[in-house]
Amino acid sequence: MAKNDLIGGELWEQYSNKVADRMNNPRNFGDLTEVDAQKMGGRLVIANEGAESCGDTVRLFWIVDEKTDTIKKATFKSFGCGTAIAATDMMAEMCIGKTVDEAAKITNLDVEHALRDQEDKAAVPPQKMHCSVMAYEVIKRATSIYRNVDISTLEEADIVCECARVTLQTVEDVIRINDLKTVEEVTDYTKAGAFCKSCIQPGGHEKRKHYLVDILARVRAEIERERHPERALTDDFAKLSVVKQIKAIEAALDEYIRPALARDGGGIELEDVQPGENGNVNVHLRYQGSCKGCAGSAAGTLTFVEQTLRKNLSDKIRGVVV
Amino acid sequence: MERIYLDNNATTIVDPAVRDAMEPFYCHMYGNPNSLHSFGIEVRPYLHRAMEQLYVGIGASDEDDIIINSCATEGNNTVILGFYFNLLKDTRKKHIITTQLEHPCVRESCRFLEKHGVKVTYLAPDREGLITAKMVEEAITDQTALVSAMWANNETGLILPIKEISEVCKERGVHLHSDAVQAIGKVKVDLKEVPVDYLTFSAHKFHGPKGVGGLFIRNGASLPPLLHGGEQMGGRRAGTVDVPGMVAMGKAMELANTHLPYENTEVRRLRNKLEDALLKIDDILVIGKRELRTPNTVYVSIRGVEGEALIWDLNQNGIAASTGSACASESLEASPILTAIGADKELAHTGVRLSLSRFTTEQEIDYTIYVISKAITRLRGLSTSY
Repeated sequence: MAKNDLIGGELWEQYSNKVADRMNNPRNFGDLTEVDAQKMGGRLVIANEGAESCGDTVRLFWIVDEKTDTIKKATFKSFGCGTAIAATDMMAEMCIGKTVDEAAKITNLDVEHALRDQEDKAAVPPQKMHCSVMAYEVIKRATSIYRNVDISTLEEADIVCECARVTLQTVEDVIRINDLKTVEEVTDYTKAGAFCKSCIQPGGHEKRKHYLVDILARVRAEIERERHPERALTDDFAKLSVVKQIKAIEAALDEYIRPALARDGGGIELEDVQPGENGNVNVHLRYQGSCKGCAGSAAGTLTFVEQTLRKNLSDKIRGVVV
Repeated sequence: MERIYLDNNATTIVDPAVRDAMEPFYCHMYGNPNSLHSFGIEVRPYLHRAMEQLYVGIGASDEDDIIINSCATEGNNTVILGFYFNLLKDTRKKHIITTQLEHPCVRESCRFLEKHGVKVTYLAPDREGLITAKMVEEAITDQTALVSAMWANNETGLILPIKEISEVCKERGVHLHSDAVQAIGKVKVDLKEVPVDYLTFSAHKFHGPKGVGGLFIRNGASLPPLLHGGEQMGGRRAGTVDVPGMVAMGKAMELANTHLPYENTEVRRLRNKLEDALLKIDDILVIGKRELRTPNTVYVSIRGVEGEALIWDLNQNGIAASTGSACASESLEASPILTAIGADKELAHTGVRLSLSRFTTEQEIDYTIYVISKAITRLRGLSTSY
């Protein structure tokens, strides 16, 4: 959230003139039939993508010259919003004159670029980017029909964000290389999640196979394990030697807890580590500075300390204030 | 281009008489009504008069409270969160009943309380798109503290049997809250006849300004404030009252009741004319029985035509309407009303709402009928599914 996000509601005013124009007057809509194909001496390909219950469907018609694999004519029909109609219209136009293999390389990003009025200004607002994805998918569908191959053989690597076409590998690499800690950072680096936001977490516009929150959590955990094998979250924490337990607790206090307490002029010291009931580990702590005698330190602060240690070390940990 | 506004369930034009009523309180009588001096003194009689207009307008008695706030969203949050602090937190009553038809401000407030251990029942509408008193009765348990059911639905205009629901609640000793945002000015809201305990409304839905609303609390019923820190509204809502807004809302309420007969004859006639014309087009479904709806609203589902695409075409012709089509929103869930009345899943994205007001003219309706028919023909020509 920031200044430009607070009013919201902007949608149509962010469409480029080209999008609005193609919504009002699509150039390439309508059916193509076997009769048309015969007249043009080509093969008719009809591909369907999407479902009306999901709010978007598109049908792509191609007449392909089988000698050269060249698309001689392309038209579409669409049940969808203005962006879907404009993007599909542009996509159909971009297919014309290309070979099937060339057309199969057209992505939703190419379509969006072609719809821009100015090179540096997006043709549609972020939340409408996914409406152009169907235009891309239907080309893949048409190609698979023409080539008589399964569509999965044409799919690229695991895509996390359809709008920005970011792969799982890219997201993982970017998190690792740049040591990213938040989803916002991942979005800033990759553009994944910047558009319809479906891939950020479950419950968005559409269901996704991968979500950025999950990928981030997984990669972060991997990074932490690699960096601090001694802190590995394990049920065996209780079985570690007391020296190792103390080292791990001290490290966690330094990294997560002491800086937070220091902001309020407080501090905390590890006094002792004792085995507790049911395999628990009792961590004896002594407050320093302003935490000493503070009313909140008995309840709120202890909860924070305990939760942090449990999250990072072991859920067997019980905090005891000395 | 002349523009036509058929989105009156979203907001309304401020009646010029309302604007005239509020105008003096910006640059002339701008005192704080809590001040002791003459600037405060001269304002207060107008606030008393506005209160009088509001009390008369909804049939509140002198023992009841009407808290002036910013909007019905605030009022609904005040009631639902207030119930949590008041009752649910400390007693064994930990259950709220509401409906799937509610505005997000009710639904999300309830979801928020669910995270804090409150049990919430979201009643699904029947095939008419309605909630019945029987459904409410069957959902009430000895843990139920509050029922929250809207008076009329924003999308379809369907009017809930709030009187019957209120009787069930009264009999079972459960408090009833009703969001009446879509009811004021369209149907009679008389709290002498309908014993709801809490009622909320927003001025901008009945030709008042945006940013001011009301929360009715019966007979001083207990409810902690949402905003703390001032003695305004008897300590029930802190913050200097929006004086021009309150004066305007009083006037708008008075006018809403004056024009209620017109709403139910002329506005209804124009709505019916529009609806009848739409029904002549093939494969169009109007949601909700006409006699069960507010007189100004028609919600249609047009096979083969995506909702946002249709309102785009209408907008190109200067007509403002709205859609529940999910393409424009973040979720793809179909409207619960459409699901409930058994509409095909395919129809979930075809809903368009047209809502009139007492400012709508016959000429505007005739032009709309012409434009909408043309747009449907064009979009069906493009459509994969028609």
